Amino acid sequence: MATKKLGFVVRTLPYKIEGSRLAMTHAISSQTVEIYLEDGDNVEPVVCFIGDGVLNCLKNQQAMKHYGLTSLEQHVKNSLLLDLNVLICKEDVDRLGLKEDALIMDAEDIGGETKARIVPYSEIQKAMESVDHLLFC
Amino acid sequence: MGKLTIGTFSSLVGSVSLDFSIKLSEAAIQKGHKVDLWVSGNGTMLSKKGQKAFKDYSALAKKVQELIATGNLQVTACEACAEARGYHKEDTMEGVKRFSMDWYLASTFTADRVLHIGGD
Repeated sequence: MATKKLGFVVRTLPYKIEGSRLAMTHAISSQTVEIYLEDGDNVEPVVCFIGDGVLNCLKNQQAMKHYGLTSLEQHVKNSLLLDLNVLICKEDVDRLGLKEDALIMDAEDIGGETKARIVPYSEIQKAMESVDHLLFC
Repeated sequence: MGKLTIGTFSSLVGSVSLDFSIKLSEAAIQKGHKVDLWVSGNGTMLSKKGQKAFKDYSALAKKVQELIATGNLQVTACEACAEARGYHKEDTMEGVKRFSMDWYLASTFTADRVLHIGGD
């Protein structure tokens, strides 16, 4: 019986390439991974947004209107709904002139209880050091 | 002998990330390791059958089939990514599997090392 920690580090812009979407869909797929594992084994993802990747966490995305696509905002909320650990780099939030109220910090509107956290890069570094495998997206 | 899991998300043509993944897989297999190669996003096209080799484009199908034949390379394509690109089960290269994304996470569970190569 073991749990392996996976660190998804999202650095890419939303919509420009598929990287951030695939990072989140893969992290969310951890919810069904047990069907492939022995009883008691599991994986536990942490999703870290750094660099331009923090822009994936902007509120009020209009992807359905402009691209006919589900928004990355919805994927962030789904991650929180599923109690994934979501970390957003404070230095990059500041660098881009963003305020906390511009970012998706919870999924209360869909029944989520877990909140995203804006943390200094040093904390993201600790999260990266604590995982078994890092997946840069 | 160890197990390496490689997730690759880049295009078959237009990027050499898949070429790198296959060369790395080959090197690992030659050293006696096993490799799980997960192709997702645009990377799924690596696992489509019927690829023609032109010298101007990456042509990896033959090498992939040779490596699969060793029994030490498992190539698995993301089913949803493939279907979204109009590439269906009957189009899949011989020896390649198709699963949902949780298969990749399960593979990382038993891997000694994971290399995740982001896409374009």
